[in-house]
Amino acid sequence: MPPAIEVTNVTKTYKPRIKGAQEVEALKGVSLTVPAGEFFALLGPNGAGKTSLIGILTGIVQKSGGEVRINGISIDEDPDTAKTFIGVVPQEMNFNFFEKVEDIILGQAGYYGIPRSEAKPKVEQLLKDLGLYDKRKERSQSLSGGMKRRLMIARALVHQPKILLLDEPTAGVDVELRRGMWDYLRRINGEGTTIVLTTHYLEEAEQLSRHVAIINKGAVVTDEPTKELIDRHEGQKLEDIFLKLIEEEKPAV
Amino acid sequence: MKNPALIGFYTMIRQDTIRIFRIWSQTLLPPVVTTTLYFAIFGGFIGSQVAPIDGYSYMQFIMPGLVMMSLITSAYMNTVSTFFFAKFVKNIEELLVSPMPAWTIVAGFVAGGVIRALLVSILIIITSFFFTPLSIANIFVIIAAAVLTALLFSLGGLINGFYAKGFDGMSIVPTFVLTPLTYLGGVFYSIDLLPEPWQSLSLFNPILYMVNAFRYGFLGISDVNLWICFAVLGGMTVVFFLVTLWMFMRGEGFKN
Repeated sequence: MPPAIEVTNVTKTYKPRIKGAQEVEALKGVSLTVPAGEFFALLGPNGAGKTSLIGILTGIVQKSGGEVRINGISIDEDPDTAKTFIGVVPQEMNFNFFEKVEDIILGQAGYYGIPRSEAKPKVEQLLKDLGLYDKRKERSQSLSGGMKRRLMIARALVHQPKILLLDEPTAGVDVELRRGMWDYLRRINGEGTTIVLTTHYLEEAEQLSRHVAIINKGAVVTDEPTKELIDRHEGQKLEDIFLKLIEEEKPAV
Repeated sequence: MKNPALIGFYTMIRQDTIRIFRIWSQTLLPPVVTTTLYFAIFGGFIGSQVAPIDGYSYMQFIMPGLVMMSLITSAYMNTVSTFFFAKFVKNIEELLVSPMPAWTIVAGFVAGGVIRALLVSILIIITSFFFTPLSIANIFVIIAAAVLTALLFSLGGLINGFYAKGFDGMSIVPTFVLTPLTYLGGVFYSIDLLPEPWQSLSLFNPILYMVNAFRYGFLGISDVNLWICFAVLGGMTVVFFLVTLWMFMRGEGFKN
């Protein structure tokens, strides 16, 4: 079985939007492998390059160099097939807030080639699983922040992807809901879905992930099983390890 | 229908058609009201003082051009606004992360523009019954001219949508390019009535060919040879489609 995600020497440079401004090197040759079935946490401070990397994996951001394979398929050679394996929950809300909850997910199913009649029972089940069934006929703008996050998870899962990319899915979500989401993510990971999670809640990464990669300033700082990383640092909390590793990368003032 | 690309295309059409009907007072009604005023003022009050053109009353003469004017605006505004809105609220990402091929996504946006333009045209033609008798010389020419023009301006609107950075960016081309070209494109007059060099200069206006092809379908008269009209229209549509597809694949204006 090929790895779920193989990222080899990927670079991304953003050209300046304003004349005279400097280019921004968001990714400086990042290489990572996510085995199938893994629960993988991708951590890093703001501006580290996490969202750029997620964008490259999903086809929203064009990489400047390197190679990416999704389930063994190169995103350069066959991007459309590679995309069928991925479901993505982005950091920012990105649905049409005038549409009804149910229609947003049914629409996404259609984009993945699933006929409406076939998608309907799947959508109902997802809405039930994520506690949104009663809101299915309401416009998405009327949902609370936590419900909107769950809507994006339901939308990402409607085509039953092998890989789920979550870019800070619990930002702004209360503790109870967050715990509920954790349980749900653990469940689908247990059922075989590979999960890549970026989060600023390091407790969340520690609780959920079996493997951690930390990137800072566009480069990989560490990439190892969560347990080994914690053991290597004599049982410190992931948060302390994270801060230590990021601190080491900071230039001397 | 099991082809994933076709299901995606159908989904896009369905969503946009529902939207067009849901906000009908913004998408369908305004052009009908505006054109009714044109019928009443230019066709009825002023037109009654104008001598017949090629044997047709002024009202009959301007009717196809007025329909074409609204068709062009509706097709253009539909794609520019739907794409810009999708970019603005970021739900364009729903399409970009999906496995839909680029041509299907472009076709989905364009189809929405074509549907709205044709709906508006049908409503205006129905409204025209109250002002002038309907004359049809060749229904196939009417359909071909309407569909090709709607395709062309839907593609044009989509290109505008790629680059529009704000709401102002959506209205610059319609206000400063489309409206003048439409008014100078033979909607209200035959270019045979123009002195030189205006008559020759008018031949550089692509909208002239669309208005005349459409008018030929209704009245059987045209200032320009019908085949030249369709050659210009067909050629421009193919070029615009290829340019739009190329731009979409590059992510011009909407991808980092």
